[in-house]
Amino acid sequence: MLDALTVTVSVAALALAAWCGFAAFRDQPTKDWHFIGMAVVTFLVLTQLVVGIVQLVRGEKAEEGATIFVAYLLGALCAVPIAGFMSLAERSRWGSATVAAGAVVLAVLEVRLYDIWTVG
Amino acid sequence: MTETQEKAAQGKRSRLVSGPGILLVWLYGVMSVGAVSRSIYQIATEFDRAPLAYGLSAVAAVVYAFITYTLVRGGETARRAALVCCAAELAGVLIVGTWTLAEPSAFPDATVWSDYGYGYLFIPVLLPLTGIWWLRRSRAVTAAA
Repeated sequence: MLDALTVTVSVAALALAAWCGFAAFRDQPTKDWHFIGMAVVTFLVLTQLVVGIVQLVRGEKAEEGATIFVAYLLGALCAVPIAGFMSLAERSRWGSATVAAGAVVLAVLEVRLYDIWTVG
Repeated sequence: MTETQEKAAQGKRSRLVSGPGILLVWLYGVMSVGAVSRSIYQIATEFDRAPLAYGLSAVAAVVYAFITYTLVRGGETARRAALVCCAAELAGVLIVGTWTLAEPSAFPDATVWSDYGYGYLFIPVLLPLTGIWWLRRSRAVTAAA
């Protein structure tokens, strides 16, 4: 369940990065549709956070420790919304580029989350 | 000068976070959060294992947090302070990067700046270069305005 969510979030984050990167390339600020995309990605990460905490409560162990695991989950939750707010402050292509960077950061965090959770 | 005028003048002079600056401040923010939380955790739980590496990570964390703050704050003084810190950061990445490659035994665990920031997609070495470029360019723009 958690692994499937991690993969889903990573793919969604990369798609968002590509989409906003394309907007930046076309010299456009973030638009309503981009914000809906960010909301979808954030919702997925929120689901992941809840599922992750439920797994911990049910007694499953994260390989590198529960503290790091939860810290990364919270970090992952913040990445895209913060970048989104920054793109509201900067209504140019650079706002879109920031969201794209935020989504890439999220994808990297997901890879780390996978390592942290999985015995390897 | 009235307060509004003063504010307007400051606004003109102090914007370091417009245009590409917003992307830069985001990346510095991410690096700050990453480095600060990483070093707090490491120093709190297992400092004895690799004091040098964790100490250096903490230094990196402080530098990142300070640059983020100066970028958000803006203004000429902040711009100069940020420029100095970016140079210090670049020097840090190069020195620590070389050090970790030359003498791996001194580092039982990685620092943020190990192997020139390899573990962080080389962002630690690219970021100060971009930062220095942006801060120098902002001065040119301010001078022209």
